[in-house]
Amino acid sequence: MEPIIIEGTPKTPSVKFNDVEGIFEIKGRSIPENSVEFYKPLVDWLDVYKESPMAKTVVNIRLEYFNTSSSKCILDVFKKLEAIHKAKNEVEVNWFYEEDDEDMLEAGEDYESIIRVPFKMIEIVE
Amino acid sequence: MSFNIENYFSEQPDGNIILFYKGNVDSDVINSILDTVEDKVVEEREQAKLRKKIYNVLVESLQNLYHHVDRVPEDFEDQTSDKYGVLVVKKVENGYRIITGNFVLGDNLEKLEEKIKRINRSTQEEIRELYKFILNHQRISAKGGGGLGLVDIARKTGNKLDYRFIKYNDKFSFFFLNILVTEEN
Repeated sequence: MEPIIIEGTPKTPSVKFNDVEGIFEIKGRSIPENSVEFYKPLVDWLDVYKESPMAKTVVNIRLEYFNTSSSKCILDVFKKLEAIHKAKNEVEVNWFYEEDDEDMLEAGEDYESIIRVPFKMIEIVE
Repeated sequence: MSFNIENYFSEQPDGNIILFYKGNVDSDVINSILDTVEDKVVEEREQAKLRKKIYNVLVESLQNLYHHVDRVPEDFEDQTSDKYGVLVVKKVENGYRIITGNFVLGDNLEKLEEKIKRINRSTQEEIRELYKFILNHQRISAKGGGGLGLVDIARKTGNKLDYRFIKYNDKFSFFFLNILVTEEN
């Protein structure tokens, strides 16, 4: 399989999914009107990856903004990661939020309470 | 008195209007409104926390219009807009007001009002639980909405949703949603 590398735009995040290193990153703004269109290829890619994942997968989520339509798609991404974790592979999610951005911290905690994968909340201090 | 969208705004002269838009709400319009308001709140030297809340609420309000507006009545002045909506952003004493307006057909009015009333009856903790429940259990609709927009707005602002329906004719009403975004919450 090929890694995913997508440049960010004002409405969609940059994405780097490296299957060889097992390091995935979603970064920037995720506020498209049609989020399914953007996230479906990522979810499909994870479906293939989960058949033969690395022993350890690290996922870095570093979002500045995301809309409610993206929030469902991000949950779909996490559900794939949960399946990988359930199959006895190590998965770790690092949820980054900017200093004082309690809304973003809460959003991370919401996912943590829904998805059975270890989360780390990391505050970015400038 | 005949129907006039501007009447609603002239009833509330508080604050300075920093943006007024009426017309088609497509993807390009949303982009340009977001850019304009983002620049304005930077110019106003608002704190990062408030700036982020304004941006988030603005995204959800505009995308609510984009996904959910009903068609306009046949005798309405603007017949060219597919997704006709109104947006006003005002700086007021304790924060910002983001006001949206759109047509709603009779059948949809009850559903919308019921949804708002449910949110307004809820505590902040209940709103968070409602958000998580919808996030985890509801699929994205054919229109592309996630059903979370209003819940998210109430959650992020910590304020009740102030709204009004103004009857246009037997079939249509015009729906105003008046959102207060303050520094606190």
